Amino acid sequence: MTWWMWILAALAALLAGGWLFRFVAQKITGNRPYFRDMPFAVAFGYVLAASALALAVWYYFQPVMTEAGTPDAGVTFFRWALHGFVIFALAAWLFRLAGRHVGTGGSRKLFRDMSLTAAFGVLVILLYAFTAIFAAWLAPYGQEAVFDQVNALPGGDAANGGNPDHLLGTDQIGRDLLSRLIYGAQNTVGIAFATTCIAFLLGGSLGFLAATLQGWFDNILSRAVDVLMAIPSLIFALLLMTIASAWAGSQQWLLTVYMVFIIAVIDSTRVFRLARAVGMNIVVMDYIEAAKLRGEGLGYLIFREILPNATAPLLAEFGLRFCFVFLTIAALSFLGVGIQPPLADWGTMVRDLAQFINFAAFSPLTAALPIMAAGAIALLTVAVNFVVDWMLQRSSGLKE
Amino acid sequence: MNPVVKIILQRLALGLLTLFIVSIVIFTAVNMLPGDFAQAILGQGASPEAVEAIRRDLGLDQPPVTRYLQWLGDALRGDLGNSFAQANFSSFVGEGSGGARVTVAQQIAPRFANTMFLAGVTAAIAVPFAVTLGVLAALYRNSAFDKAANVATLTSISSPEFFLAYVLILFLAVLNPVLPSLSNIYADMGFGERLVKTLLPALTLTLVVTAHMMRMTRAAIINLLASPYIEMARLKGIGPMRVIVKHALPNALAPIINVIALNLAYLITGVVVVEVVFVYPGIGQLFVDSVKIRDIPVVQACCLIFAAAYILLNLTADILSIATNPRLRQPK
Repeated sequence: MTWWMWILAALAALLAGGWLFRFVAQKITGNRPYFRDMPFAVAFGYVLAASALALAVWYYFQPVMTEAGTPDAGVTFFRWALHGFVIFALAAWLFRLAGRHVGTGGSRKLFRDMSLTAAFGVLVILLYAFTAIFAAWLAPYGQEAVFDQVNALPGGDAANGGNPDHLLGTDQIGRDLLSRLIYGAQNTVGIAFATTCIAFLLGGSLGFLAATLQGWFDNILSRAVDVLMAIPSLIFALLLMTIASAWAGSQQWLLTVYMVFIIAVIDSTRVFRLARAVGMNIVVMDYIEAAKLRGEGLGYLIFREILPNATAPLLAEFGLRFCFVFLTIAALSFLGVGIQPPLADWGTMVRDLAQFINFAAFSPLTAALPIMAAGAIALLTVAVNFVVDWMLQRSSGLKE
Repeated sequence: MNPVVKIILQRLALGLLTLFIVSIVIFTAVNMLPGDFAQAILGQGASPEAVEAIRRDLGLDQPPVTRYLQWLGDALRGDLGNSFAQANFSSFVGEGSGGARVTVAQQIAPRFANTMFLAGVTAAIAVPFAVTLGVLAALYRNSAFDKAANVATLTSISSPEFFLAYVLILFLAVLNPVLPSLSNIYADMGFGERLVKTLLPALTLTLVVTAHMMRMTRAAIINLLASPYIEMARLKGIGPMRVIVKHALPNALAPIINVIALNLAYLITGVVVVEVVFVYPGIGQLFVDSVKIRDIPVVQACCLIFAAAYILLNLTADILSIATNPRLRQPK
């Protein structure tokens, strides 16, 4: 066991480096207040960050091929990750720059106080929307098209068991993986979006109704929601999916429809809570009282008075709910009870391709396939979360 | 009576009531299944006599309310019924009837212990890690470290569990084989070996739950930093670390404890996906397998256990946040 000794030695070196850095900086700058008052922890942090950066640069320039002629998977993955990171950061920066100079006054103002992470989020969401809408034109083949060559390796190199016609190879029954990845945007994101919309329609309208009517209607609904929320959502969804699978029988598409409604109902309980709480705060306002005295109907009260004043929190919640729904659907599909074949779906793809991860040492691209499908899910949820985070910070002034 | 004791008793009663209603919901949901348990066991070629025999044996000819009370009474005594997957025709009416059945409780008990072990290891790593990170982020707020920690935790909380799991497998099991990617755990395994096999799933879960706890710790501490007594401490010349750890942290403890309990509740359910990825023999894995083969008694029992754990931990969060509130603790 020597690895822990290495870690201890590195830690000791870093600690010494931190002290040395502070000492030298104090001597050079003639005891500038910044360095004179610098706590040791901060100096340590600087040295740690600097050495991590140096290590990353050193690792980046390691040769990709080992002496034996096989690819070094670690370096390859690191380069991909770094390239992806830099490209996305650059794209987000350019996107924000473009947004600040092009467009109407309102949109320019929006971009001006946008953080880089939020710009990244907006950019990624737009990319996904574009891919989902134009999947049929972007994908080289249909999502259900089956080809002769099964399990073709990615890379398109015929010498390595690939096929130039299928850039990312084919799966175990010969479907083009690139096409399925692109169609996955349409199916996974589309179904999650539809589910979230249903959940909001249901939870939002019931929540506002409960806030306006109050009394027994509010009481019954609130208690029912309390009970439904006491069951963890993924567990409840799995239980209901068991029953749905018995109801659907051999009609697989029906199971997907059931899943949409099951998740919509489970998630609408959370929307109900928020819509009711927000609605309650609005209902006590004077202008609602005035509208009631004017004799306005229930529909007018909800859609013309409450809804416009509740859009900001509901919009942020929509983003978060979408993430939850999207992740729940992905998890269900990954467990094999979610979106059913032949529809291409990222969660199912991860499960089907998972065993390829063991080939990382021989063919990094093959091992990257399940990561790509899972990463496609992660990228979108991260992007939505960044945007929601920024929206919440802007509206509530959480910046201190 | 002491007001705290009264509130806690009220919450306990409410929790029990919720659990009772949840059990009704679960029972009703399961009874919405088309067809009959007896036919499900025997399959297509069942003779009417055999179906009748099993129906009588399982008590399926009783009205739903009687069956519910029966099921609840049995569940309270620890008898969760028999697994369909382990049952077959011979174990009901054939030779050795009633003797060779595997009960659900027998199936669940060891797996439940495994899951609790995984959740325990995760909590032991995640809680100190998250609180330390939160305190550091509050100490160096708005610095590069704070922003990097914010982005990193937001990324890890919004990624699906299996993404994090496979990335960890790729780097820690395949490229640098330091940890096993499959957690095959046996009953008579030493603690050290068990810990090593549990480490990768535990690390995955740590990544998932850390973000929420860390952000809450940071927010709770920063909320307090504007209060006069913190300013007083600062003006006395106390260092920033001491101000936060000695003065701010004890008062920020209530929301932090609350969020920790909520995340532990999440752990109990979040284990499902992670257990499937790592083939960890826990209750989540059993649950998913039973869902796939529609093994109703097991699904029912697992659901009840998950819901009970979830309610219990939420209740603990509730009670702890009351108990740590000095205004409620001191009777006027």
